[in-house]
Amino acid sequence: MINAITALLVCQLTGELVSRGLGLPVPGPVLGMVLLFVVLLVRYGEDGPAPDNLNTVAGTLLNHLGLLFVPAGVGVVLYIPVLVQAWAPISLAIVVGTLVGVAVTGWLAALLLRL
Amino acid sequence: MTDNLAQIWVYLAREPLAALTVTLLAWLAAQRLHLACGRHPVANPVLIAVALLAIGLVVTGIDYRTYFQGAQFVHFLLGPATVALAIPLHRQWRMVRRSFPAIGLSVTVGGLVAAGIGVGFALALGASRAVTASLAPRSVTTPVAMGIAERLGGLPSLTAAVVILSGIMGAVFGPMVLDLCQVRDERARGLAMGTVAHGIGTARALSENPVAGAFSGLAMGLNALLTALLLPLLWHLVMGG
Repeated sequence: MINAITALLVCQLTGELVSRGLGLPVPGPVLGMVLLFVVLLVRYGEDGPAPDNLNTVAGTLLNHLGLLFVPAGVGVVLYIPVLVQAWAPISLAIVVGTLVGVAVTGWLAALLLRL
Repeated sequence: MTDNLAQIWVYLAREPLAALTVTLLAWLAAQRLHLACGRHPVANPVLIAVALLAIGLVVTGIDYRTYFQGAQFVHFLLGPATVALAIPLHRQWRMVRRSFPAIGLSVTVGGLVAAGIGVGFALALGASRAVTASLAPRSVTTPVAMGIAERLGGLPSLTAAVVILSGIMGAVFGPMVLDLCQVRDERARGLAMGTVAHGIGTARALSENPVAGAFSGLAMGLNALLTALLLPLLWHLVMGG
């Protein structure tokens, strides 16, 4: 299990170093995801399952992915004054932008995937 | 007695233990409530846990920074969890590879529509340039969104709040919108959730279906990349400067 945790951290750290070193606009963890994906593809092929301990650790983290957003989410209380000040554009952008965005992406993806 | 209480208070405020424990308790309570409501999407566990803790902070008058000193241990795991999204992606890779053009096009269009609507409302309602710039990168994952907002002259901290609220919005109502639009393909549902509601949407997609989860994680990463590259260019074209 420590192997798996270390593997995740090594990928993240490499991602951070590459992202900062090259001044890329993509955050380190996203590059780390790409790196781990490439490693899995090269080492275990397209069909080979990833090692059990990696599956277990990743499964545990991803089963509770929502929890990991809670501390940052609570930070919204800090911005209540700003949010209230410009509440109309902010709330419309969040509500309409998100719902129409979901509808358009889902509808377009379903259409294109059927082709 | 009061001396003892004061000492206990000093201990709790200084050590991360209390904030960490309360965060996990709030999450467990939120999950129970979510189950008790028959997994109804409005009873979203992220929304409930955030609300419980925010109310707690406001009522007790505890500073967010003090709380975050403890909660940062949970927050830290976001990085490794993002890396871990490679595993569901690898598992579904055959399916992903077959539909790559469709994925790229729908994530690009969806991401731009979500950003464009935010900017459109802000401009129409006369929001300041700083607020408009903070709303533009709303649908991408927080660190990318904050970086983009900064480059456009927005307020990164406001962006962080708006990104999280958008993610919760997408996680709570996204699946209902997809049902209404009769989008039943799990791949398409995942792409929509990840493009518009980043990691919080991906958490929801993973809890609904493994295929949707893998596509959602992929869409989140792809939209972060595309938005980081395209949004600053489009912003200068449309807004000037």
